[in-house]
Amino acid sequence: MTVRMLGASLLSLGLLAGCAQTPVLRGTGDLGVVIERATGSVQVVEHSGRTSLGSVPGLGDLSHAHVTYSRDARYAFVFGRDGGLTKVDLLTRTIVKRIIQAGNSIGGSVSQDGRLVVAQNYQPGGIKAFDADTLELVSEVPAEYAPGKFSKVVGLADVPGQKFVYALFDAGEIWVTDFSDPKHPKTTRFPAGQQPYDGLVTPDGRYFMAGLFGEDGIALLDLWHPEKGVRKILDGYGRGEEKLPVYKMPHLRGWAMAGGFAFLPAIGRHEVLVVDTKTWTEAARVPVKGQPVFVMARPDGRQVWVNFAFPDNGWVQVIDTPTREVIKTLAPGKAVLHMEFTPRGDNVWVSARDDNRVTVFDTDTFEVRKTLPATAPSGIFFSHRAARIGF
Amino acid sequence: MGFDRSLWLHVLVLLGVAAVAASAQAEPATERQRELVNMVRQDCGSCHGLTLKGGLGPALLPETLRDKPADALVATVMMGRPGTAMPGWAPFMNESEAAWIVQRLMQGFPPVAAQMELSK
Ligand code: HEC
Repeated sequence: MTVRMLGASLLSLGLLAGCAQTPVLRGTGDLGVVIERATGSVQVVEHSGRTSLGSVPGLGDLSHAHVTYSRDARYAFVFGRDGGLTKVDLLTRTIVKRIIQAGNSIGGSVSQDGRLVVAQNYQPGGIKAFDADTLELVSEVPAEYAPGKFSKVVGLADVPGQKFVYALFDAGEIWVTDFSDPKHPKTTRFPAGQQPYDGLVTPDGRYFMAGLFGEDGIALLDLWHPEKGVRKILDGYGRGEEKLPVYKMPHLRGWAMAGGFAFLPAIGRHEVLVVDTKTWTEAARVPVKGQPVFVMARPDGRQVWVNFAFPDNGWVQVIDTPTREVIKTLAPGKAVLHMEFTPRGDNVWVSARDDNRVTVFDTDTFEVRKTLPATAPSGIFFSHRAARIGF
Repeated sequence: MGFDRSLWLHVLVLLGVAAVAASAQAEPATERQRELVNMVRQDCGSCHGLTLKGGLGPALLPETLRDKPADALVATVMMGRPGTAMPGWAPFMNESEAAWIVQRLMQGFPPVAAQMELSK
């Protein structure tokens, strides 16, 4: 036994020594990646000292890229628009494996047991499950909602029971696929409403919400009681009001759950909607600077940070959740695309694409702690996502 | 040889007409062209893809746009398409700028970097 363990550690030492990087033993809990979308690379960063450790090129078209993490938080699975799925080792900063799995992909998620990484695709519409170790295809579920008709898939989230929930933009449905038997997935379909554009699952994995573009309202599915079907909440929340144009689709992913309330972007209105999660009714609306894109709660739920669609994408606003008032308006740079909190919320990292930088703010004082150069940065994804349901 | 000559004349006349049509539609100034290219790649790109191969919105490539009337596409860009996710961009550009974008899309859109080189 001891001999075997010794052998194994010698082997891993050997492997590490074989790499270009210095073999420093370290954890991955404070690591993450910043997507550099124009150059098709990611920067590996660490948020304890707020530094960049190096970059990994060769990841293809990274517009609208999404990252999810392996169960051990060592590997980042990077999904690119070109259908690329790349497994990046945060420690060695190398590509472990890269495949082109679809024509057009927008993201993915890892299963509860960590063995499957599932991609959601626009083209060909559907989801595909891969072995998280080898990236070999295990099974797939084409989003064929009517004979010969395929839908773009949005809002994919992993939920307990080896299940994945997602919405079909063109079909107006929510599907739940169970991968307990990975090679023979079973899918249940639910009618949801017109043009679901993204989805999110509550932190406990119980409720899946899909925002609707084609109508006012949000489709809600209680995964503890799927037999009850999808319920429409906030139905017609903007009735009688002229809709404002939406120059970029909002994103729902991000835990915007704070103190029993969900904070969500309105569509075609410059407002953040506050929903009471006990009754699933509207509790308030917070007027903001533009069409919200990301509405993200600081991990303790005390603040909600909001960024905006073009042409208001130079601003970030902070909402105090108890008073539901905007307490701070920041201008972190041109074309703010994403925000990511450190695991306990002391800092938030904000990317400004057209200023080629990432700004790290202290969330209590709003002071700038650090700015890091990056080439057209978009998404920022920290490794603690590995331990969250629905990321 | 008279036949050949009149054919050439036709071609020349046609070329002339095309040249006039192209110059009648004033090209945006170089700096503005650069802004428009960046806008198309980045902001239109958020729905149509940075490479314009499609996303939530359809691909905007020469082969997908070829058979569509340019003025209808210009109207789509300016006014959007009600009932779909395509918004109208009239607050951010004028009609001749939209026409320039559509023309460039139909030819194959210049990459941001190449355009930056051009304007240097
Ligand atoms: C918020 C998403 C979104 C943005 C941003 C967007 N589009 Fe669109 N666009 C769409 C959708 C969706 C359609 C398809 C509409 C339909 O179903 O007819 C479309 C259709 C079009 C068409 C018609 C294509 C065809 O084959 O008929 C053109 C041209 C176009 N868009 C150009 C642009 C340009 C130029 C911009 C930027 C200035 C832009 N779009 C920004 C969503 C968007």
